[in-house]
Amino acid sequence: MEDVICTFCGSVCDDGEFDTEKKKVKKFCRLGSSKFAEKQRIKAPMIDGKEVSYETAIEKAAEILANAKKPLLYGWASTANEAIRVGVLLAEKLGGVYDQCASVCHAPGTLAVIEEGLPGATLGSIKNRADVVIFWGANPAEAHPRHGLRYSISAKGLLVKDRKQRKVVVVDVRPTKTAKMADMFVQIKPGYDYAIISALRAIISGNAEVVPSEVGGVAKEKLIELAEIMKKAKYGAILYGLGVTQSRGRDRNVENAIKLIQLLNRTTRWVIWPMRGHYNVVGAGEVPAWEVGYQYAIDFSRGYPRFSPAEFSAVEVLKRKDCDAALIVASDPVAHFPKIAVKHLKQIPVIQIDPYPNMTTLLAKVVIPSAVYGIEAEGTAYRMDCIPLRVKKIIETSYWTDEKILEEILKRVEKLKG
Amino acid sequence: MLWIRNGIVVDPKNKINAEKMDIFIKNGKIVEENEVKKEECKVIDASGKLVVAGGVDMHAHIAGSKINTGRTMRPEEMRVVRNIAGKFRATVGRVLLTAPAIGYEYAKMGYTTSFEAAQPPIGALHTHEELDAIPMIDKAALPVFGNWHLVFKCIEEKNMEKLKALVAWAIERSKGFGVKVVNPGGVEAWMYGGNVKSLDDQVPGFNVTPREIITWLIKANEELGLPHSVHLHCNNLGVPGNYQTTIESIKLAKGFSNAKRQVLHVTHVQFNAYAGSSWRDAGSGAAEIAKVVNSMDNVTIDMGQPIFGHATAMTGDAPFQFSLHKLIGARWSNKDTEVETGAGIVPIGYLPNNPVHALQWAIGLELGLLVDSNKVALTTDYPNGGPFTEYPYVMAMLMSKKMREGELSKVNAYVQKATGLASIDVEKTLYEVIHMTRSLPAKILGLENKGHLGIGADADIAIYNLNPLETDTSKEFEKVYKMFKSAEYTIKGGEIIVKGGELVKEVYGRTFWVDATKKADIQAVMPDIREYFNYYSVQLGNYGVEERWIKKPARIEVV
Repeated sequence: MEDVICTFCGSVCDDGEFDTEKKKVKKFCRLGSSKFAEKQRIKAPMIDGKEVSYETAIEKAAEILANAKKPLLYGWASTANEAIRVGVLLAEKLGGVYDQCASVCHAPGTLAVIEEGLPGATLGSIKNRADVVIFWGANPAEAHPRHGLRYSISAKGLLVKDRKQRKVVVVDVRPTKTAKMADMFVQIKPGYDYAIISALRAIISGNAEVVPSEVGGVAKEKLIELAEIMKKAKYGAILYGLGVTQSRGRDRNVENAIKLIQLLNRTTRWVIWPMRGHYNVVGAGEVPAWEVGYQYAIDFSRGYPRFSPAEFSAVEVLKRKDCDAALIVASDPVAHFPKIAVKHLKQIPVIQIDPYPNMTTLLAKVVIPSAVYGIEAEGTAYRMDCIPLRVKKIIETSYWTDEKILEEILKRVEKLKG
Repeated sequence: MLWIRNGIVVDPKNKINAEKMDIFIKNGKIVEENEVKKEECKVIDASGKLVVAGGVDMHAHIAGSKINTGRTMRPEEMRVVRNIAGKFRATVGRVLLTAPAIGYEYAKMGYTTSFEAAQPPIGALHTHEELDAIPMIDKAALPVFGNWHLVFKCIEEKNMEKLKALVAWAIERSKGFGVKVVNPGGVEAWMYGGNVKSLDDQVPGFNVTPREIITWLIKANEELGLPHSVHLHCNNLGVPGNYQTTIESIKLAKGFSNAKRQVLHVTHVQFNAYAGSSWRDAGSGAAEIAKVVNSMDNVTIDMGQPIFGHATAMTGDAPFQFSLHKLIGARWSNKDTEVETGAGIVPIGYLPNNPVHALQWAIGLELGLLVDSNKVALTTDYPNGGPFTEYPYVMAMLMSKKMREGELSKVNAYVQKATGLASIDVEKTLYEVIHMTRSLPAKILGLENKGHLGIGADADIAIYNLNPLETDTSKEFEKVYKMFKSAEYTIKGGEIIVKGGELVKEVYGRTFWVDATKKADIQAVMPDIREYFNYYSVQLGNYGVEERWIKKPARIEVV
């Protein structure tokens, strides 16, 4: 089968070839191929570790959720939009909290969008037009291995034909694998992104004299050189990663970078875009945005959606012990959340829906295995640049999809709640 | 089966002006009296009430990445709570509404159809996902063509067969409805920071001009025989002096004819009707535009009426959005895409005291009043000019000079000098306003079963608590406004969805899409499409929207 779509990272490569006999995929990177390789699955639905039928597990899950005063519904970045939509409806019906993986990774970027907007472009536009690409706090060579080939570093575009016509800059705290592929590497001291962006803004706006001889470990001459590259670009793109959103400054770093882009657009064309991680973390924000108005950290306990990241993001809710049950879909908070948040998860009934066992499985009261979108199930996912792709079903399975499981839970919850 | 008794019907398409009539509904359609068993009908007593077709909004931005980015960028917009979760969905939004809120608010106002006016072809599936999330109304989306490199190539090669094939292919793949053109050539120029200024500017990098893009697309659209005409957002939007470009663009329709409908629809003309040379001396070009539109029988327009208060500018006209961001210093989102088009989003508020905003407000009304009612549809270009929920305000304003005088006294006096609004005595009749909001937009879109109450029409009906025989719309404007805000009944496909202004049932409408692939030799363009998709970031085999992915698709085949 051709044009198979990968459901691993935010690049969502859609040019795979699947050998149905060997059950192997060609063309994808190691990360993507590993998703298609056979691996350990959750065998059957379980309650307290004992195998049960889907119906029994779903009945129990619905009962837990319907009886909870304020359940937390978290995860969603590695499932399809169809499932996410039901998840949002379920959170609304339950008066619970909807939150998704972005709240612990790229959400500061969303806060920056609220302050300044997002002057961006699709990956295809970057591929076809960008003569300068800057990776800032992002290391696609290891996190999005085919990004460079398909969309950015060495992608063959319509107007920018090849690597020779494109300048690649990496700004990072250490020489990453991506930095080795760049024309220019700017190594900065950890936590100095904001200061460096400010220095670039000053230089580009003609105020270089206010910039000291060194900023964040970078010599002024190098910053001037970088500013010149940016000014001379016909079409430039900053692609930023968690190095920017999760270091000192967080949303303010992105906000400052957007202001830099606004400035550059006075004289040439520049765009900025986040390098999103999971294959549908974008959908996990877009779907609730159109259904209930916000991307993440949404509380329905008053019967209408409220957005407040400092209160309603999963970690905050758990830290405050402000939820009495949790539904975790396509995610592993136990492995990634701070200890204090996990501590509360241990004390409340947790329902997990996931194809694969992980740390969260170990403490879940109800575990419901699901089909893998892009391999065993079809559904819609949004690539990191918000371009929708319909991921495919390429092999048969007896596992239920997230969408079906959640729909069944919703049906029962509606009955229980009246 | 439904029986609407003794209503006072206004149905411009069928030349019915305030006649007492009964209407019968069966299987979602309006039928003859003898087709129903009266004893089995649910009866609505509409005595002394106005009965009209459900409203048709022909140009709004209700779905897709633009409005959703707007929601993300503007949480302050989402903090107005409209409905608490219960029997119906929780809904929020001040001007930018959530998808369920859009459906509910249209329904409460007696509107039953709305078209998303700009669908970037690469994001078509996103648009459809959001359309599917909107309850209550029928809908469709117009894919954009005016800056697509392959469109330019077909025109450069002067290959009409190829262009037709491309248009038919793209509409089928995006499950779109017609041909939208936004700032032709200008968005491509924006990719390197520029724009085009006149219809004869060459598009950078291509041997085509906006004039050629518009003319060739009209020709392709007409030869394919699509239900709707080319839907044009003109060049130079938002620029003082732009009314001349608009008139020139309108005149491009000369030489084309179609017995059923216009051959060119120019949209949200208010934003393209400015005289003067800068915002310091800007004035109204509405009267000049009205003269030209009235003199032609193959062009229609819609108003793009601004409403004082909050709004959000969002268009495919990316260079304009950047100018607006610079002008007002507001937040700015932008999206350049492959299958080339662009987009921009900027929050804005219209203030009565601001001379420019007052001017825009007056120009919108001038267009609505001066253009023949058979050629101008009512829109706010939601959410660019403001919320669609204020259509009743515009309707009342068009019908009452007295109301206009009252509103004029509250706005910046600059409008008195710069526009002719104060001296316009025209008061549109209820019949005309019903036409501008129902039968005309349906006709412009080529929807034969919408916007009227004749036999065979879709049973999309609004009943308002107003007796047209006893209401002086000129004097009783407050009553008219209030009445149109909240329908007594809204009936969608024969089902009562609103009663007494409150939602009573949630339904999901259809998504219309046009299949004209039999009218063109698609193979004529496939080698080029394959070539271009080598450079796009999505495999050709993965591009497009399948009918089965849409909740309730309604295919309209052009043969």
